[in-house]
Amino acid sequence: MLALSIQYLLNALQLGSVYALIALGYTMVYGILTLINFAHGDIFMVGSYLALWGALFLLGSQVKLPLALVFIGALLFSMTLTALLGVLIERLAYRPLRQAPRVSAVITALGVGLFLENFTLATIGPQPQHVPPLTPGYSFTFLGVTCSDVQLLIIVLSLMLMVLLDWLVGYTMTGMALRAISYNRTIVPLMGVPVNRMISLTFAIGSAIAGAGGLLYGLAYPVLDPYMGVRIGWWAFIAAVVGGIGNIRGAMLGGYILGAVEIFTPVFLPASTYRDFVAFSLLLILLIFRPTGLLGRPTFERV
Amino acid sequence: MLRRRSQLLAWGGCLGLLVLAWILPASGLLNPYVQQVLMYVGINIILTLSLNLVNGYMGEFSVGHAGFMAIGAYIASILTVAVCPRFWGPWLFPFVLIGGGLGAALAGLVVAFPSFRTRGDYLAIVTLAFNMIVKSLLENIELIGGPRGYLGMARLTNVPWVVFWVLITLIALRNFVYSNAGRGVLAIREDELAANLIGVNTRRLKIYAFLISAFFAGIAGGLYAHLLQFINPRSFSILKSTDMLVMVYLGGIGSLAGSILGATIFTVLLELLRPLGVWRWVVGPLMLVLLMIFQPTGIMGLREAKILQPREEFGGVTRNPGTMP
Repeated sequence: MLALSIQYLLNALQLGSVYALIALGYTMVYGILTLINFAHGDIFMVGSYLALWGALFLLGSQVKLPLALVFIGALLFSMTLTALLGVLIERLAYRPLRQAPRVSAVITALGVGLFLENFTLATIGPQPQHVPPLTPGYSFTFLGVTCSDVQLLIIVLSLMLMVLLDWLVGYTMTGMALRAISYNRTIVPLMGVPVNRMISLTFAIGSAIAGAGGLLYGLAYPVLDPYMGVRIGWWAFIAAVVGGIGNIRGAMLGGYILGAVEIFTPVFLPASTYRDFVAFSLLLILLIFRPTGLLGRPTFERV
Repeated sequence: MLRRRSQLLAWGGCLGLLVLAWILPASGLLNPYVQQVLMYVGINIILTLSLNLVNGYMGEFSVGHAGFMAIGAYIASILTVAVCPRFWGPWLFPFVLIGGGLGAALAGLVVAFPSFRTRGDYLAIVTLAFNMIVKSLLENIELIGGPRGYLGMARLTNVPWVVFWVLITLIALRNFVYSNAGRGVLAIREDELAANLIGVNTRRLKIYAFLISAFFAGIAGGLYAHLLQFINPRSFSILKSTDMLVMVYLGGIGSLAGSILGATIFTVLLELLRPLGVWRWVVGPLMLVLLMIFQPTGIMGLREAKILQPREEFGGVTRNPGTMP
């Protein structure tokens, strides 16, 4: 029984890591632009496709490359290109709307997300694509708990990325500029902070992390389809809201909570089909009692 | 005098449209495909009008309207299939639809109450969660088919009925928007706090707006179910809600004429683009993004067709006062 619980916990940690990585992108963009970037889940989807192509290209090369190198190559390929995609989307779709009513920007984000999904569907086709294994396939068994190398890789790499991001935002000059912009966007440019560059950087970092999440997700659940970003994206978005949107540590916490919800729902309820119901009910209840999330600070309206 | 003449004109026009909707399909001038598209246009007009009340006039941001539509569709379908005797179906159809609408309106309260405390993005998330919860619940109730969907409805929706409900929706919303309560709803859009301070009962008005909006979305759901004769939870996903948003913002927020225009253009355009295959689903979102960048208020953008305005509005002010939310 204990072993089984720990096993579930491990699975929850694995899934939660991916949710946390994607939730970070939502929360960073919201923190700096107060925009819900509904296209973010689809950036994650594009990221996992890019990782797949990168990996296939490297695996197909003449020289037999070691798996670790293929993995790192695919990771960098996916992260770089998704970062570019994120910056491009911001530049083309969101920047012209920066002075417009906020609702316009949110609708644009929804539109961009749908565009990415349907464009992928139209160009690649609806058939699912399979990700080749990029790890040797070891697994460790300890006291009845099995941990595969993929699980370990996902948990450790996600944690590393999160610590890196937390350090970047909390302890560097760049991070200070980011936090300053999210605090007040009118005054900060007067202090010499390049607002546009910082916003682009936010999109680049958020999307790159989603790209890494795409690769890791593809390793654990090796079937990709153009609409995979919708469900994962919504779940990550709930994670960001549960943790307190705009709060980076909140997004991480929320990611792990949502991972636990998904893994433990079938344990307590008859079918796994209830997981959406549980997750969104949790969100609704939380929003009623604590509208700014677990770690978010309460806001007030200035008149 | 003028008032009575314009009223006469409006009612006469409605009656004429109804008669036309009755005669045209019966005369065989319209082939079934055109009739079908016409009915879709009508259903979409109802949906767009109802969403515009919340998003356009009240300035809230609901992204979960497909949830109300789903409730209306399922209740109406269950009523015709399992409750009403089949023979009476066509006669009881309007009551069945109203039943679906009332069910949806009741669900509207689920969103209306959180809207007292949360606004903007967070309310959008509440409506979104509502949409997802409804879809997830429908998928999990085996009695109504679960994820496989529900079927067995007779094809009760026809052109006259759709036109009838479009007119009902239009008249009801037109009269609501220009009533005292409607002015209050506009005040909420402009500044909720200020509206509260000058004595607008914002809570009650929010409940009214959500009830009315959800009711008509439910009616549209019922019509949709009896047109397709088959519904499943997936047809009421967030994608459907996004379609409605496109129609509202294409036509123009805070404009009834705009909603009619937006729904018509969007529906007909998607039909015309059918030869493009999958690429047609790329065009819609692209259109939405370009629209938001270059014409964020939509085609009508807070303006209103003169025929829909009360006569008092003609003198001087011909557009809704105020700015966008």
